[in-house]
Amino acid sequence: MAKIIIPTPLRKFTDNQSTFETSGRTVREAIQELTTQHQGLSQHLLDVNDNIRSFIRIYIGDEDINALQKDATAVEADTVISIVPAIAGGAI
Amino acid sequence: MSDIQLSPSEMARYARHIAIPEFNVEGQRKLKGAKVLVIGSGGLGSPLLLYLAAAGIGRLGIVDFDVVDESNLQRQVLFTVDDVGKPKADTAAERLRKLNPHIDIRVHNTRFTSENALDLVAQYDVVADGTDNFPTRYLVNDACVLAGKTNVYASIFRFEGQVSVFNYPLEDGSRGPNYRDLFPEPPPPGLVPNCAEGGVLGVLPGIIGSLQASEVIKVITGVGDPLTGRLFLFDAASFTTRILKVAKNPATRIEELIDYELFCGIQPDEEIAVPEIQVSELKTWIDRGADFQLIDVREAYEYDIANLGGTLIPLGTIAERAKQIDRNKKVVIHCRSGKRSADAIRELQHLYQFDNLYNLKGGILAWSKEIDQSVPTY
Repeated sequence: MAKIIIPTPLRKFTDNQSTFETSGRTVREAIQELTTQHQGLSQHLLDVNDNIRSFIRIYIGDEDINALQKDATAVEADTVISIVPAIAGGAI
Repeated sequence: MSDIQLSPSEMARYARHIAIPEFNVEGQRKLKGAKVLVIGSGGLGSPLLLYLAAAGIGRLGIVDFDVVDESNLQRQVLFTVDDVGKPKADTAAERLRKLNPHIDIRVHNTRFTSENALDLVAQYDVVADGTDNFPTRYLVNDACVLAGKTNVYASIFRFEGQVSVFNYPLEDGSRGPNYRDLFPEPPPPGLVPNCAEGGVLGVLPGIIGSLQASEVIKVITGVGDPLTGRLFLFDAASFTTRILKVAKNPATRIEELIDYELFCGIQPDEEIAVPEIQVSELKTWIDRGADFQLIDVREAYEYDIANLGGTLIPLGTIAERAKQIDRNKKVVIHCRSGKRSADAIRELQHLYQFDNLYNLKGGILAWSKEIDQSVPTY
């Protein structure tokens, strides 16, 4: 199964799991499966139109999905999907 | 570069640099001729400044308006116990001058703002971003793009770090991707971890800030391949590293500096003021046995470090546990410093129209300082 790597700031929504295994065949399906299982993640990953938020990047391997077929990018059994959020440091 | 000479004492000091074939005397001269502005002298700024000073950067600027706090010492290795309460930029400069008397250290004991950013950046060749909040990160990025300076970026959270080199001059005369190409907009404040949910492994900025210093040196000397168009990720917990591609985004437009607090959705404090109570007044209430409720909105681990005996309702659960908050008497809400408790009051006022809530100004830190020093601070 393909693997999604969950970044530290979002692990509080995945019961502290750092990875998530998915059978989704596209990035969109994989993210849907992730947010269905961990519903608290949804508002952090997706905007009201279900688009990936502008402070989150999704990578397949080392490629940004925006340079591929965006969320229609195919996911294979050995694909590693990285969710990369903007992090600023300690202060708010 | 040939007009910059190294004295015999400098040649001796930098012998291990000069011994590297691709670095040589020329590389060391380039470092001596370089001017680097380090924004923030905290977790990332400490290793950055120590290594850049040790390496012989000719002019090193330090921007920081903050003072050293005891809780900084877990990771900000520039400072010692004796420095607590002193301005960071001045203290850092004093330490660095002892480390390397051959370099010029300029102190900018000020906040980095839209008003002074371009002036400050213009005085230097390369900028290293060691800040800790989104508004300043976007400001640093935009100022570097507008001024045509390379921005060596690093950021940390808990066990995780990011490094990249933004706005780097490419061979074709254009500039490499910048921070906005990667993250066009910041997360809204509600989606940013608060100060208690944040935290960072003390050694992590040591690792990431050192990588940042290495990139600064590479950018200046031209040795190696700088991390332009790439984002380095490090997770200390799993000891994994990844290098991801970063492309330019044709939609990115940076034409002027803006109000970055507004851009990041942070409202000015005066617009969202809540009723407050001073710690001295709370002490009077307690001493005279006044009938009021005390609520603590910090996390359980913080309560274990120090508490005032209030009912623990962490900020993240305040809405669902609002029924535990008394409507028929005064309620004092506190946290560590007063920020989260003000957020809690605003949320309760907005959702449930409470009108009897008072924020303890300065939180448990102020209580410890002014009323009872036996209460630990953290």
